[in-house]
Amino acid sequence: MNFFSYLLDPAHWTGAQGIPARLVEHLGYTALTLVIALVIAVPIGAWIGHTGRGGFVVVGLANGLRALPTLGLLVLIVGATGLGLIGPIVALVILAVPPILAGTYAGVRNVDPAVVDAARGMGMRGREVLLGVELPNALPLIIGGIRSSVLQVISTATIAAYVALGGLGRYIIDGLAIRDFPQMIAGSLLVALLAVVADLLLAALQKLVVSPGLRAAPATRRLRVVPSKAPDAARAA
Amino acid sequence: MDAALNWLWANLALIRDLTLEHLYFALPPVVIGLVLAIPLGWLANRTKLGRSLTINVAGLLYTVPSLALFVLLPPLLGTRILDPINVVVALTVYTVALLVRTVADALNAVPAIVVNSATAMGYTPLRRFIAVELPLSVPVVVAGLRVAAVSSISLVTVGAVIGFGGLGKMFTDGFQRDIPAEIVTGIVLVLVIALVVDGLLLLLGRVLTPWDRSRRTVGRPA
Repeated sequence: MNFFSYLLDPAHWTGAQGIPARLVEHLGYTALTLVIALVIAVPIGAWIGHTGRGGFVVVGLANGLRALPTLGLLVLIVGATGLGLIGPIVALVILAVPPILAGTYAGVRNVDPAVVDAARGMGMRGREVLLGVELPNALPLIIGGIRSSVLQVISTATIAAYVALGGLGRYIIDGLAIRDFPQMIAGSLLVALLAVVADLLLAALQKLVVSPGLRAAPATRRLRVVPSKAPDAARAA
Repeated sequence: MDAALNWLWANLALIRDLTLEHLYFALPPVVIGLVLAIPLGWLANRTKLGRSLTINVAGLLYTVPSLALFVLLPPLLGTRILDPINVVVALTVYTVALLVRTVADALNAVPAIVVNSATAMGYTPLRRFIAVELPLSVPVVVAGLRVAAVSSISLVTVGAVIGFGGLGKMFTDGFQRDIPAEIVTGIVLVLVIALVVDGLLLLLGRVLTPWDRSRRTVGRPA
């Protein structure tokens, strides 16, 4: 049996059930979920990180999520809402929120207090400190949270093919139904590839958004006029 | 609510069997994964190349979605598609991927002064590793092991989508026959098992590091 026969057949690369169409569906679910999750999680995470109130809830939520069986959540919600887009997306959002929430909270919380003090000393108000200082500094950890969320969503969207969602998971479920093993392999390879590429892209983004002031010492040291205590501050970040 | 309880009472034997099957899928990978991750983590620390190679490969493997891994293993291993061994191998892969970095970091964090003292006292490298470096890594490794065990317990359920057993079967069956009580029972059981195993591992970590306990109670004022 040729494991790659499904992937290599040109007929499977066109049409509504073709690989490009399924890939776009999968990306669509992921993007939609991510946007909703960001709108919910970033403001709440930033607020909790900024005020320092309720942090334990965020950490507990993120930890508890690891134990929550995603398939159970999917079938429970879709059983209540009926088949369609809404149920699976609600389940995906529930899974996507905690990592972004935790990342945003930790990012804002971990901003060097001296930096926040300096911002206040310069006369910045709470809102300005949050938007102009804390959030930019927290960006790497926020992207880290987004990275976990995206992986979780790509992975769970695959499983959601079981509750009749489209996307690349269809090949695994439909292939199983007719014992078409090459089709299942094709779906699995594509999903694995999608997850790895998405993760690498977000990892690159995570490196890119580090505030210039926090980047490794060599580049900044050259520009520094007063070298006295600066290296310590740079390393702490 | 009554219907839910009735369902529960009528199916206690089924629930027990599925729970046992679930544990049989979920726990061996954690043990095998730990046993494999310790030498690999040690090896990773030998060279810079080995370290970056191990961490990158581990990161890559951890990224692959579980359902995809369940399907991709049979052609790689030459097993049948629904062979339970695929689930065990897949979860072992995740455990190793997660723990190898933890073990490498934990071993790295053992103070050089302690390692050097052991060497000066005449410990051979192997004995030093087993009697000094490994015990001192226990707190960090156990923290990683707890994450791995909880993920493993939760991930077994995904296998139900392609016909594997365990508590995930309560999700597929409950969905197809429209029995919400069965789905909820399954979710609660998975959460409870994860919580219990997590607690047991926490306890194991405490038992294995008595010096840590004495420091906690004696060294630091309450």
